Amino acid sequence: MLNVSGLAVARGGVCVLSGVGFTLAPGQALILRGPNGVGKTTLLRTLAGLQPPLAGSVACGEDVIAYAGHADGVKPTLTVTENLTFWAQVFGGGGIGAAMAAFDLDGLADRAAQNLSAGQKRRLGLARMMVTGRPLWMFDEPTVSLDAASVGLFETAVRVHLAGGGAAIMATHIDLGLTDARVLDLSPFRPQPGGVRTGNAPTGDEAFL
Amino acid sequence: MIALLRRDMAVATRAGGGFGLGLAFFLVVVVLVPLSVGPDTAVLSRIAPGILWLGALLACLLSLDRIFALDFEDGSLDLLATAPLPLEGAVAVKAFAHWLTTGLPLTLMAPVLGVLLNLPVPGYRWLLASLLLGTSALSVIGAFGAALTVGLRRGGLLLSLLVLPLYVPTLIFGAEVARRGAEGMPVATPLALLAGISLGCAALMPFAAAAALRVNLR
Amino acid sequence: MQHKDSVPISRRMSLWEYANPKKFMQVSGAALPWVGGLAALCLAVGLIWGFFFTPDDFRQGSTVKIIYIHVPAALMGINAWLMMLVTSLIWLVRRHHVSALAAKAAAPVGLVMTVIALATGAIWGQPMWGTWWAWDPRLTSFLILGLFYLGYIALWAAIDNPDTAADLTSVLCLVGSVFALLSRYAVLFWNQGLHQGASLTVTQDNPISDIYYWPLITSISGFVLLFLTLVLVRTRTEIRRRRLQALLNRERMA
Repeated sequence: MLNVSGLAVARGGVCVLSGVGFTLAPGQALILRGPNGVGKTTLLRTLAGLQPPLAGSVACGEDVIAYAGHADGVKPTLTVTENLTFWAQVFGGGGIGAAMAAFDLDGLADRAAQNLSAGQKRRLGLARMMVTGRPLWMFDEPTVSLDAASVGLFETAVRVHLAGGGAAIMATHIDLGLTDARVLDLSPFRPQPGGVRTGNAPTGDEAFL
Repeated sequence: MIALLRRDMAVATRAGGGFGLGLAFFLVVVVLVPLSVGPDTAVLSRIAPGILWLGALLACLLSLDRIFALDFEDGSLDLLATAPLPLEGAVAVKAFAHWLTTGLPLTLMAPVLGVLLNLPVPGYRWLLASLLLGTSALSVIGAFGAALTVGLRRGGLLLSLLVLPLYVPTLIFGAEVARRGAEGMPVATPLALLAGISLGCAALMPFAAAAALRVNLR
Repeated sequence: MQHKDSVPISRRMSLWEYANPKKFMQVSGAALPWVGGLAALCLAVGLIWGFFFTPDDFRQGSTVKIIYIHVPAALMGINAWLMMLVTSLIWLVRRHHVSALAAKAAAPVGLVMTVIALATGAIWGQPMWGTWWAWDPRLTSFLILGLFYLGYIALWAAIDNPDTAADLTSVLCLVGSVFALLSRYAVLFWNQGLHQGASLTVTQDNPISDIYYWPLITSISGFVLLFLTLVLVRTRTEIRRRRLQALLNRERMA
């Protein structure tokens, strides 16, 4: 489903990770770990196609990835239902019933998102992944501001997704109950001083060194 | 696409969406003009088309940063960029939503304000026509400016500096249509040029804006 | 980019090699004194010749002599933007950093040239037209061009990440060029104006006589070389600044 090889990514023109490689098959989950600033978010954004890689390749089908960043993409003046329906329509997915139920949002359906707590808002953001209908989910710190019960809901949703032939990549610091998930520590992929060589078109600072 | 249009309209028109602010600003600007140039109706009716055009343009400018900045802050823009909808299409839809919630109400309000400035009677028709055409160009060009400055913390002033020079051709032709209409002169040439600019902008600017957005999302 | 002896001659001589910052620094450093010296020479000859050794015009009197500053500055004001357009395109297509930095370096120079053209125009216009400023199409277009320069410079200044800034300013330069051209024609439509026709044409029959023509050409060459000198100096400064930043970044990462 996803094949990454020799990937180097840059943040602010500086290479932060290089030589990252892994594959992900349907039904698998990958957990990215590493200290703050190691480049987890940058890596995820590169995989999602939001920024170009410095080097290496990301082999992945069209319209496979659904990405959930730090922000939830929730409009404060719209209700929970309206927010979720909007994303379902944009992604051409199905109904929102299953997602509402999976993240226990039914009781909040008609509440404006500005009146949700941070945790409730996050649940709404996570529920959005279910309505995209995409097989590969990418999460950046999905459990921030979630209580224990909500983390449980999230785990269950991911497990159901994996069992249905989906896959997931997440950057997180806490131990989720996903025991089969592989863990990738990003610390060893920090570039060595002296820099990586990225071929003909040096990006960012490298051209000046 | 329709979902995006509906959602942007809903966000703009609900509380805190700033829907009425542009209209109120337009009203205030037009009221201030006689206070600054004097109450002579002959002078006012001569400058009315230009003042109405300039006021509409400035009112339109006020709400430009909302086109992308809010979506950028709450992360929606990342999600839209990874959605099946092409980003160019999303930009076009958002610019259209901006026009529906800003340009169109301003256009409909302009004749009312024309009364305050003693706009000559034949001018109303052409004022409406030129604003209807021209404000769409203002929205699309503004969307490009908003896309350029979306990542900046205090981009509002810069946005004005970037967008206002780009508004020059639209303003010249639009105000010319309104002025000639008010003076009873033929308007076909400037109207055609204005239409050309509006169509050209609508066709091409979404690509430039989407390119700028992609750079800003990196 | 390391040079290897095995690289074929045709590759080695490629123009794009000069887009490598190190190579550019070497070549521009060697060329700079010559270009600068030539600029000073041309300017001195052109301006002294023009100011002191040409007769007064039978209609315009001695005020005509401001032409030796006004016309070259106006030319450079436009051509600097054209150069920025070309270098922006090169950056967008081929991602050569020197190209983007050269565009950045040229903008303030172009703006100053535009301001000089406007100011000398006003000084010239006062005795000729009896007013410092008229909303003549050429003057107005130049003023609008100045606004485009301001926006471009402000956008560069506002963005922290240099590559992002280069991308966005390049897009702005492309779009701005189209709109500057549109504005030019819109302004012509808007007011027919009283500016005299172009002082120089590429055709044989010049509107001005030879006695003014040759010092003007010398002066224009001087302005072109002056522009080149300033852009080279500023580009070199920008490259050094980027290199400094890159070294600091590397230190932070190590």
